[in-house]
Amino acid sequence: MQTKIYIVFCFCLFCTISFAQNTVSGKITTQGGMPLSGSHVHIGKKTVSSDASGNYVIKKLPVGNSKVFVSYVGYKSVDTLVNLSGDQVLNFTLKENVDQLQEVVIRQKANTLNKSLLEQKIKTETIEKFSNQTLGDILKEVAGVSTLKTGSSIVKPVINGLFGSRVPVINNNVRLQDQEWGTEHAPNFDVNAAGKITVIKGASGLQYGGDAVGGLVIIEPVLVKKDTLFGKTILNLASNGRGGSVSTSLHKGNDKGWSWNALGTFKYSGDREAPDYVLSNSGNREANFSGDVKFTGKKYDISGYYSLYNTTIGILSASHTGNVNDLYNSITNKIPSVVNDFTYAIRNPKQRVQHHLAKLNYNYFFDETASLAVQYSFQFNKRLEFDVRRGDFDAIAALDLELTTHAVNVDYKKTVHDWTLKSGFNTSIQNNFANPATGIKPLIPNFDRVEFGTYGIASYDLSDSFSVDAGVRYDFSRVDAAKFYLKSRWEERGYATEFADFIVGEQGNQWLTKPSFTFHNISASAGFHKEFDASLNWYSNISLATRNPNPSEFFSDGLHHSTGIIELGDLALDKEQAVKLSTTLQKKWTAFSVEVNPFINSIRNFMFLRPVGFETTIRGAFPVWEYQQTNARLAGVDVQTHWKISKQWQHDFALAYVNGKDITNKESLIDIPPLNLSNKIQFSKSDWHDLKLEVKSEIVLRQNQFPDNNFTTNIVVDNELVPVLVDISTPPPAYQLLHFYSEMKFKTFGKTNATVAFSVQNILNTNYRDYLNRQRFFADEMGRNFQIQLKFNY
Amino acid sequence: MKNSKILAVTLIALVTFSSCNNDDPIAVNEEELITTVTTTLTAGNQIITLTSRDLDGDGPNAPVVTVSGDLLVNTTYTGAVTFLNESVTPVDNITDEIQEEGDEHQLFFQAPAAIGAFTYTDVDGNGKPIGLTFTLKTGTVAATGNIVVVLRHEPAKSAAGVATGDITNAGGATDAQITYPVQVK
Repeated sequence: MQTKIYIVFCFCLFCTISFAQNTVSGKITTQGGMPLSGSHVHIGKKTVSSDASGNYVIKKLPVGNSKVFVSYVGYKSVDTLVNLSGDQVLNFTLKENVDQLQEVVIRQKANTLNKSLLEQKIKTETIEKFSNQTLGDILKEVAGVSTLKTGSSIVKPVINGLFGSRVPVINNNVRLQDQEWGTEHAPNFDVNAAGKITVIKGASGLQYGGDAVGGLVIIEPVLVKKDTLFGKTILNLASNGRGGSVSTSLHKGNDKGWSWNALGTFKYSGDREAPDYVLSNSGNREANFSGDVKFTGKKYDISGYYSLYNTTIGILSASHTGNVNDLYNSITNKIPSVVNDFTYAIRNPKQRVQHHLAKLNYNYFFDETASLAVQYSFQFNKRLEFDVRRGDFDAIAALDLELTTHAVNVDYKKTVHDWTLKSGFNTSIQNNFANPATGIKPLIPNFDRVEFGTYGIASYDLSDSFSVDAGVRYDFSRVDAAKFYLKSRWEERGYATEFADFIVGEQGNQWLTKPSFTFHNISASAGFHKEFDASLNWYSNISLATRNPNPSEFFSDGLHHSTGIIELGDLALDKEQAVKLSTTLQKKWTAFSVEVNPFINSIRNFMFLRPVGFETTIRGAFPVWEYQQTNARLAGVDVQTHWKISKQWQHDFALAYVNGKDITNKESLIDIPPLNLSNKIQFSKSDWHDLKLEVKSEIVLRQNQFPDNNFTTNIVVDNELVPVLVDISTPPPAYQLLHFYSEMKFKTFGKTNATVAFSVQNILNTNYRDYLNRQRFFADEMGRNFQIQLKFNY
Repeated sequence: MKNSKILAVTLIALVTFSSCNNDDPIAVNEEELITTVTTTLTAGNQIITLTSRDLDGDGPNAPVVTVSGDLLVNTTYTGAVTFLNESVTPVDNITDEIQEEGDEHQLFFQAPAAIGAFTYTDVDGNGKPIGLTFTLKTGTVAATGNIVVVLRHEPAKSAAGVATGDITNAGGATDAQITYPVQVK
C-alpha cells in the first residue's frame, strides 16, 4: 500500500507540464544612461539579475498579465503590470533614490525554499492573543499540531503525532538546545518575542537540520524595516491562577543604518484551579529579556542578538509519587492526593530554568540575487529540578544540568532565472554537565557532542504554475559521554560483552564508562507545487529524516517520580529513519476555502518506551520501561476550512486525525493525539471600534487506539496484600470545551491606540483530563479562566 | 574583507569558549538513599530482626529480605525501626533524620489481624505518632502472613484514622515499603 503511494507520488513529480513561450529581454540603465549591472528583475515568478552591461533575459513566461518588479540598491524600484502576448523587449530607467525615507520596501523573503510543502504561518495578532501562555498553546492554532503537557505551564508541541527531539524549534535562526528530550521540558522561549511562527509538518527544512522526523517550528522575531520608532505593551490579567503578565517592547526600525529592538516580559501566577479543587503547586514565574542591534549598510548588514529566558514552574504536588501504590491510589481515587488552599508560593517539586542565547549575524548581498549569511550563536541552558526530599536535601536540586552550545552557520542563497539555490554548512560543539552535588544519579550524563552538517537545496520553476524543489543534507555527529553505571545495571543491560571497551574505571559498586558514538546521516527532501488556477493549489512533498538517539534514549537509568516507572536507555540503539509523504490540496472559492493535508510517515527504528517487567527497590516494586526500536507508521489527515459567511460573520473549522501503529509488534503507538475538531465563529464590525466576538468549540475525542501497558501490583487492603490492576493505559473520555474571545480597538491620542480584549477559556467549567497530559493520572485540567488583555501601541 | 574577519572572530570565540571538559565525572554520593530497613521486635530475651537490604538502590537487584525467627502467640513485642544508607562510608543513619523531621514522616504497619495489632509509642512535636517505636501484640493462634512497613513522607497526619495507623487517608509519597513474611506460633 505504502509503496504504491510513493510510486504514484514519484510519477506525479516527474510528469511534465506544458511550457509557456514568451521571452522578455531588455536593459536596465540609470537616468544618465549608465548600465546598472546586478539589478534585480522579477517578472511573474522568475528572477534574474542584469549582466555587466545592464542586459537581462527572462524566458518561458506565460501569456497574460505578469507582475514586473525591477530594483537596484539606492534607486527607486519599478513595480508594474505587463501584458505579455509574445516576445518583448522591456527597457527600464531607474531614478536615483534621493529621499529614501519615503520609499519603504518590505518584501517578505521566504524563510525556506519549500515550495512543495505548505507552511502554516501564525501571525502576530494571534501570537499576541497568547501573550500570557506558552509556545505550545499558540501552535495548537494550526491543524495537526497538538500539545504534550505536564500540568498547565509545561507545554510541548506535537506535530502529526510526534514531539520532543523529533520537533526541533528554531528561534531567530538558531536551533534551541534546551534538553528537549525530556517530556516535562518545554521549549525555553518567551512567546512575546515572536513576530511570526511557521510550522513545517515534515523534514524539508533541511537548512536547519536533517532530523526533524515530526516537523519544524520556526520562530522569527518582529522585523521593522521602516524608519520608525514604536512601542507595544501588553498587559494580561487572568482569574485562574490569579496572576498575569506584562510585556513591553520597543522597536527602532531603519532602512539603512542602525536599528534595534528590546523586549521585556514578566509573568506571575499562583496555583491554577480545576473546577472542583485547587491544583496545588501549579504556579509559575517568568522574567525574560531579549534585544538586538542591527546595522544595515549598502550591501551588508550586521546584527547582534541576546535573549534570556528565566522561569520557575511549580509541579503539581499530587504528581510526586513514591511508588506504584501511590500511583494506583491516585488513578482509582480520581482526586489529587494533595489539595491545599490557593497560594502564590511555589514549593517542591519545581523546575527552575535559565536559557541564554547570544548571537552575531553577518549578511552580505553580492547583488539583488545572491547573498551570504554567517552566524555564530552561543546558548547556555541551566536546568534545576527540585524534588520533595528529606531535610536539607529539599534545598538541593535533584537534577542540575548545564548545557552549553556554540554553533556557526554559513548559508549562501542565489536566485538565477527559474532557479533558487541555497547551500551552506553548520557546525556545533556542545557540552552537558550534570552536577554531582545533587546527591542523585543524573538522568542525563556528562557529554561532549560535535556536529557538522552541510546541505544544498534547489527549487526550479518549470512554468509559472508548476515548481519543483529538492534538497539533500549530510550530517556528522559524535557524542562522547562519561557515566557511572551500577555494575548490577551494566550486567542486567547486557553491556558486559558488547560494550566492555567503554569501561575506563571502577568505583565501589559502579563502573565508570565512556561511551562514544559516531553517526553519518543523510537526509533529503523533494516535491512540487502545482497551481491549476488561482483557486486550486496542489503541494506534494516527500522527505527523508534521520535522527540519532538522544541522551535520554541512550543513557536513561532510573526512577521517574511523576510516572512511577523506571526508565532505561539502551546503548545499542541505532538511528531512526523516517520517510514522510505529505500532500496538500488547497481550494478557494469566493467565500469559502478548504485545505486538506493527508500524510503518511514511515519510521524505521522508531525509538519508544516499552514496559518490560518489574524491579523491586526499598520503596516497593516499579514497572520497568526500556527504550526499544520498532518500525512504526503514522498516517493521518489535517483539514482546515475558512468560510466568510457575510461581511461580519466568519467561520473556521479544523480537524486533525492521526493513527500511529507499531508495525513490528502489531499494536498501537502510545501518546498519539486523539481526533480533534475545532469550530470558531467570529463576528466583526469595523464601525464599532473594530469589534470582534468569537466563540470557539474544541472537541477532543477519546483515543481508542492505545497499547495495553497495564500491570498488576500488590497493595494492602484491610491489612492483607491484594493484587490490583494499575490502569495506566486507558485514555480519558472525550471532552468538549467552549471558549470566548472579544476585542475592541480605541484611538487614544496622537498615533497611539489601545486594544481591549476580554476572553473566557473553558466557559462551562468542564471537568476533563487530556490523554497527552503527563499529569492526567493525578488531577483534572484547569477550569474556567477569565482573562483581560490591554494592548497599547505607541 | 569583512566576511573573513567575522568568520575568524567567530572561530576564535568558538575555540576560546568551548573548553571541552573531558575530565572524569565525580561519582554521585547518594546520601539520601535508604538501603537498609531493620525492624527489631523484642520480648524478654527474644529478639527478632527483620531486615530488608538493597545495596544497589534503584538498580536491578531486588532487596534481600531476612527474618531472623518466628514470633510467639499472644506476646507483646517492643518494636523499633531503623533506616540506614549503607551505600556510603561511613554508613549514614537516616533514622535520626526521620526522628528530627517527625512531623513530616510517619510509619505504617499493616498485617492481618491473626498476626497481631500495632500501637505507636512515640510522638512528634505536634503529639502525632511517627512510628519509629511501637508495640506489637501478636494474635492468639498460630498464623502466617506479611508485615508491611511503609514510610510515608509528608503524609496528612491529621486526616481521619492516620494517627491510629490507618494508611487509607494518609496521602504523601512513599519513601520505603517493605514486606516481611512472618510466622506466629
